[in-house]
Amino acid sequence: MEFAEFIKTPMVDNVTLKENFKKPIEGTLCITGHHLIISSRNQPHDELWVLHSLVDSIEKKLSGSTGTLTLKCKNFKVLQLAMPTVEDCLNVASSIEQLSNLGDIALKYPFFYQPSFEILEDGWQAFQPETEFSRHKECSDEWRLSYVNKDYQVCSSYPSVVIVPKSVEDELIVRVAKFRQNGRFPVLSYFHRHNKTALMRSSQPLTGSNSNRCKEDERLVNSILVQGRRGYIVDTRAQSVAKMAQAKGGGYEPEANYSRWRRIHQPIERHQAFHDSLIKMIEACSDPNCSMDKWLSKLESSNWMTHVKDILTCACVVAQCIDKEGASVLVHGSEGTDTTLQVTSLAQLILDHDCRTVTGFEALIEREWIRGGHPFRLRCSKSAYAVTKQRKESPVFLLFIDAVRQILQQFPCSFEFNEYFLIDLIQHVYSSQYGTFLCNNEKEKSVHKVTTTTVSLWSYINRPQVLNQYLNPLYQPNQVVLWPSVAPQSLELWNELYLRSQADPVPMEDRWREVVKIAEYDKELKAKAIRLRRQLAALEKEAISKGVIKLEGDTGGKTVTSTEGAVGGKAEGASVNKPVKQASINKTLKPVDGTVDSKNVKEADGVAMDKLENPTSDKTVEQLEDAVGGLSITSTVK
Amino acid sequence: MEYRYIKTPKVEGVKLLDKFNVKKPTTGILYLTTTHLIFVEKAGKRETWLLYMHMATVEKMAITTAGSPLQIHCKNFMCLTFLIPRERDCHDVYITLSELSKPENIEDLYAFHFTAPGTILKSYGWSNFDLLSEYLRMGAPNEHWVLSNLNTKYELCDTYSKNVYVPAVASTPVLLGSSKFRSRGRFPVLSYLHRENQASITRCSQPLAGFSARCVEDEQMLQAVLRSNPKSQFMYVVDTRPKINAMANKAAGKGYENESFYSNMKFQFLGIENIHVMRSSLQKLLEVCELKNPSMNAFLSGLENTGWLKHIRSVLETSVFIAQAVHNGVNVLVHCSDGWDRTAQTCSLAGLMLDPYYRTIQGFQALIEKEWLSFGHKFTDRCGYLNTVDSKEISPVFTQFLESVWQLSQQYPCAFQFNERFLIAIHDHVYSCQFGTFIGNCEKDRIDLRLSERTFSLWGYLAQNINEFTNPLFKKEYEITHSVLIPQTNPQFFKFWRGLYNRFENGIHPRENDIDLLSVYRQHSYSIEDHIALLEKRVMQICKLLGKPDEIIQLKLQGFLSVDSLDGILADHIESNENEFHHNAGILDEAAGFDSISNGHITDTIKHSHIGCDIGPRIKPRMDELENLDNMILDSDLLTLDQLVSELRTVALDWRSFRRVYNCNCLTPFDHHVKKFHCWKCGDVFCNRCTSQTISLQGHLSSQQVPVCTSCFQYVQQSRSR
Repeated sequence: MEFAEFIKTPMVDNVTLKENFKKPIEGTLCITGHHLIISSRNQPHDELWVLHSLVDSIEKKLSGSTGTLTLKCKNFKVLQLAMPTVEDCLNVASSIEQLSNLGDIALKYPFFYQPSFEILEDGWQAFQPETEFSRHKECSDEWRLSYVNKDYQVCSSYPSVVIVPKSVEDELIVRVAKFRQNGRFPVLSYFHRHNKTALMRSSQPLTGSNSNRCKEDERLVNSILVQGRRGYIVDTRAQSVAKMAQAKGGGYEPEANYSRWRRIHQPIERHQAFHDSLIKMIEACSDPNCSMDKWLSKLESSNWMTHVKDILTCACVVAQCIDKEGASVLVHGSEGTDTTLQVTSLAQLILDHDCRTVTGFEALIEREWIRGGHPFRLRCSKSAYAVTKQRKESPVFLLFIDAVRQILQQFPCSFEFNEYFLIDLIQHVYSSQYGTFLCNNEKEKSVHKVTTTTVSLWSYINRPQVLNQYLNPLYQPNQVVLWPSVAPQSLELWNELYLRSQADPVPMEDRWREVVKIAEYDKELKAKAIRLRRQLAALEKEAISKGVIKLEGDTGGKTVTSTEGAVGGKAEGASVNKPVKQASINKTLKPVDGTVDSKNVKEADGVAMDKLENPTSDKTVEQLEDAVGGLSITSTVK
Repeated sequence: MEYRYIKTPKVEGVKLLDKFNVKKPTTGILYLTTTHLIFVEKAGKRETWLLYMHMATVEKMAITTAGSPLQIHCKNFMCLTFLIPRERDCHDVYITLSELSKPENIEDLYAFHFTAPGTILKSYGWSNFDLLSEYLRMGAPNEHWVLSNLNTKYELCDTYSKNVYVPAVASTPVLLGSSKFRSRGRFPVLSYLHRENQASITRCSQPLAGFSARCVEDEQMLQAVLRSNPKSQFMYVVDTRPKINAMANKAAGKGYENESFYSNMKFQFLGIENIHVMRSSLQKLLEVCELKNPSMNAFLSGLENTGWLKHIRSVLETSVFIAQAVHNGVNVLVHCSDGWDRTAQTCSLAGLMLDPYYRTIQGFQALIEKEWLSFGHKFTDRCGYLNTVDSKEISPVFTQFLESVWQLSQQYPCAFQFNERFLIAIHDHVYSCQFGTFIGNCEKDRIDLRLSERTFSLWGYLAQNINEFTNPLFKKEYEITHSVLIPQTNPQFFKFWRGLYNRFENGIHPRENDIDLLSVYRQHSYSIEDHIALLEKRVMQICKLLGKPDEIIQLKLQGFLSVDSLDGILADHIESNENEFHHNAGILDEAAGFDSISNGHITDTIKHSHIGCDIGPRIKPRMDELENLDNMILDSDLLTLDQLVSELRTVALDWRSFRRVYNCNCLTPFDHHVKKFHCWKCGDVFCNRCTSQTISLQGHLSSQQVPVCTSCFQYVQQSRSR
């Protein structure tokens, strides 16, 4: 295969792999087309597989006749390889360098990967726009699916199917697309069922310095507004930046032409700035010996946390317009493929509890990011450590996930997934055996036949044995809108990700195991109690039917003495008789005097005890069954 | 007696300004009681209580058209601004608060008037700690260390405890000589003895070395300390100050040891700043905390300029140095200037890292008693209890200690038996003076004031509310797996403690508290375990009544509803299920073990004053019962069906979620820092006060007293008396 030319030394013995806080692995290093494999000869047999594409940078350090390679990975792990000879060291370094920088998409690992598991649910089929739309249709008739872009002619970065206002015909859309940068005309991003408001996204309008105008564009956006209501256009650029864009043919919607819309500028930096921030932030994180002052000032000047705050703030503003003011919102920045998607997807996470489940979150990523045309290949081929700086690199998606994690920190019981899910997602975005994050948009995906020749990440994750580790045992479905705090005190640097090469992971893993253990144990106990309560009720029934337990005042085992009003006074209630000796089971039962006045029970427990009126044998068992599920108890809670 | 100060007991039409929402103040009435300033909102009746003792500064601000603003900064980091309509009222309130927040006389402190509600005895908690038993626990006295009787009347050093442990080989003249050569007579005495390797931490104050003075006895004293650990050839002398500070002290006839006079000693300066630097650093930190809607960069650069985290880091780094040396078997002598601030911080933190006992609730109290109280940290001065205290003496030294513990607990969430609330509660009460525990500047002061007779102990209060303070994540195994805890001191691992310094900013905290939820799970599991024990007993009883064989009973206990129909394949099942059964028993045993810490409300307060009573035995007899079923049935009470029904109804299987519970039945609002509690009977959510009553429930096998709400309490009591 074509990889062979890069592999100068396919195998090296006596290599030691070191990673902070982990036991070193001593053994043989193998270089294959896609992997770096180190396996120990000792028992227990340790083996580590690293995808070349995960390596962000490789540093060589030679000392005497040996050398050390430091591999800095895109998931922020740092691995060290102690090599036995200088030659091996150099060969391996150059192999990895070349193999981790292969530009040709056809050589990417997902096209070679054969899953070792059976695909039960195909992730490529899981989030089809048609099925999503059919659910959406139940709550609004104002929208339709449009196939105007089926050949990716109208907009190359849009999917073949988009949701647009029903009243707008495809010809008009074609004209609107010419007025928006790269043809990204306004499409529906999210519909808030609660008050039937819409969130739309697009790219900037091409007003240019001549103040061009497009009546069709105005008609399209106005068509989603309810009579007499205004909408908001949230521009993710500062007003000055938007003005400057006019010189390059871009621009913003002037009030004069969009009189039914109010424009808000919620500035978020451009994606190039994100990349610089990430590099600075990671560099600051990698210096364990610097002073506190230096660390804080480096963190500050990296601006990373500022970006997180800005993105969250903007998403909150959008969510507020939609939920509190009941106004529809159109979001765009410049191209509409970066900050726009951060804002629209976060706003959905805030507004819609579905997005906080595993499948809901997957659907969100699939819908907003993958089909929405976030250029993953351009943005995420390299990360913080890479030496070669490319202009298109940017951790746009990482910032989104960081912001999600901030909300998760503030609402640890409202998400079905945990932090490890997010961390692993990040890794798959940068380097993966699955095809989900390949390519820049749906058009490219179809050119490379990604969906037919690779496996979807969701096919892998959604299997119970994998999913289990990503589930949050504290999750209690929470229907309400989450309003996260964006105060600087509330936002924390994501130590578990960015500082993972500096910190011992054990205490935090222990913490998580303990959380799972406590929650699971409680669930187990509750299930057991319910089972036993049922058991008791069944036994009770059996005991009564067999006549082992007789009810007091019961003459033949069938008739009962109660009348409706007699609950309090006359009826003594049913009683279980207990034999004094085991021998006495055969019907020589001794009546018991310990009767309980069921009226008092009724008073205390209110509604749920109404069924107690007739203390017949059956009814009594019924009460018992009633109590079994614990339902009656919760329903009386004030 | 304090009534004479209160000029205006009530002011109406007062506005409480909201920092984030200046245009929308809340209006209400301000009440001045003997101990608290209370603001009652007109709408909603929400109350804000401010203890006079907590007030650090009261300031009258420039008068506005809307009224006179009065700003109050509290020592628990609450900051409120009231707008009082009339200037005269404002002035009266100002004068009153100024008088009451800083009494002239130590006996005017809150603790001397405070009476705890309920039936708690004043003596409760005072005997929780005994210095001699704590040293015994560490292994002293032994052949190297003895209890000295030279300070029994505080004649050698009046700021030390009367019980001090010194090297066995140090003769009386050596002790006397060393004491004379050390600032305020604070000569080297034992602070911590590491059981594993007999290495020790000793502490003292700076030597009166000046530029040339020398003291042979002091040199011999240090040699004696070195010899107490025969395995080590040298020891460290840690001067926690920056070297320049130590040098400056020389001019005043103090300073540091001349290395050439002390052999086999390694001297280390570790650069923790003095109390004045710390005081102004905290002041700056609070200013940053009070910024209105700061940008991320304004906050971070503000945080950097305060130097606060830098200081916390230097305290922790020094402590790590000490802990590591001791862990490696080397003795460490620690001092700063007087040996009661930085020395107390670092010795106690090193102890916390070295000894897992100090990470338990009981042990942490012992640590504070030993390193802070018995070694004479000047709480009265540092916390500024009295008007007579020089403001230059005030410094957040103890606050820094608590924060360092918090930073540690952030790195090791499972290593501590107590939670963040516990640290905050201690912080609050160090300043509240509600309890006598921290009053005075040293042990002698406390004995002279007869505090243990005249005031309540904080430790008693904490023991009573133990449920609020236990960390659900605490893993007992850490005592072995992480017996020595060496934290990361990279700057990246230090966090801003929002929970303390911004505690009263309701908007900025996590909206859901996972730790509290986990505590609820633990409590709930405990209740259900007890309930299951009862259910199993009842199932067995009825099965016996029905004459079912033991194998069937076992299946029944696992929840097989219709085992009888399985008769044919029963034999196989029994075997496989038996394994499972034993497995379950294993889980239960384990549960019994790990639950032993967070176990229920401690009701019999004296008997259970130490936490961690084992619930193992409660589960175990149930297993024996299986074997001695006949006996059990004979012994058990007579049953009625109604009884069975009501048993089920007394234990809530589902406890209400905290979500969308904004206030207790009694209208107490649940702010983020208010812990919510469950009634074990109805499962609803209440505040601490409304679940303070405990009673045993029919649905539990043990007759353990458990917390219930007021109405459930009455109900259970009534049904019981019938």
